[in-house]
Amino acid sequence: MTYQEKKSITTLISAVLIFASYCLYMYVQYPEEGLELEESFRYWGSFVLVLTLVSIVAHIIISIIFNIIFRITTGEKEPTFADELDKLIELRAHRNSFFLFILGFLLAMGSLVTDQPLSVMFVILIVSGFLSDVTGSITKLYHYRRGV
Amino acid sequence: MSKNLVGNHIRKLRFNHNEMTQQQLADKVGVTRQTIVALEKGNYSPSLELAFRISHAFGLPLEEVFFYGDESN
Repeated sequence: MTYQEKKSITTLISAVLIFASYCLYMYVQYPEEGLELEESFRYWGSFVLVLTLVSIVAHIIISIIFNIIFRITTGEKEPTFADELDKLIELRAHRNSFFLFILGFLLAMGSLVTDQPLSVMFVILIVSGFLSDVTGSITKLYHYRRGV
Repeated sequence: MSKNLVGNHIRKLRFNHNEMTQQQLADKVGVTRQTIVALEKGNYSPSLELAFRISHAFGLPLEEVFFYGDESN
């Protein structure tokens, strides 16, 4: 298995773990009696912002640890640049990722039109953001394994 | 995923050039080893620029390194 394949798998697993553990942490903090409209905006706003920050920091740390482990176990250095194949795969991953997020965004808007609670709209947006991230990693893994 | 129609003789040519490693060829043409692996497996059709760089690395014309479709035709 090549560096890029291992990296895609690591990114995929870490994305799932970060999202699942953060959601569990925030779910406990959600009041049972629900939230007022203004509090609701603040809750979901902080949910998205903190999730973004936590994801970025966690991904950087995991990436550094992954590179150290890769060097120790294989004795090779990780590629320091992205060539034309990497860029092509990156583009395809972004395309699929954006497509899924746009679908989620439209679904979230649909939930507002059908008078669903505000939390449903935010949940759809957050889940589609997560799924688009996962789709990007899966697309990369697929193309590195099967070709372009 | 279907195989690409652009084939190549890279593996054979590497062997004939003092058993050049994939990494050595990758360094010569400025790509990662993964890309050479993908090319040899027929999983990737290179850009025209990369195809020329690979041909120059072997000191051969393009058509002696790459072919289109089934070479027997």
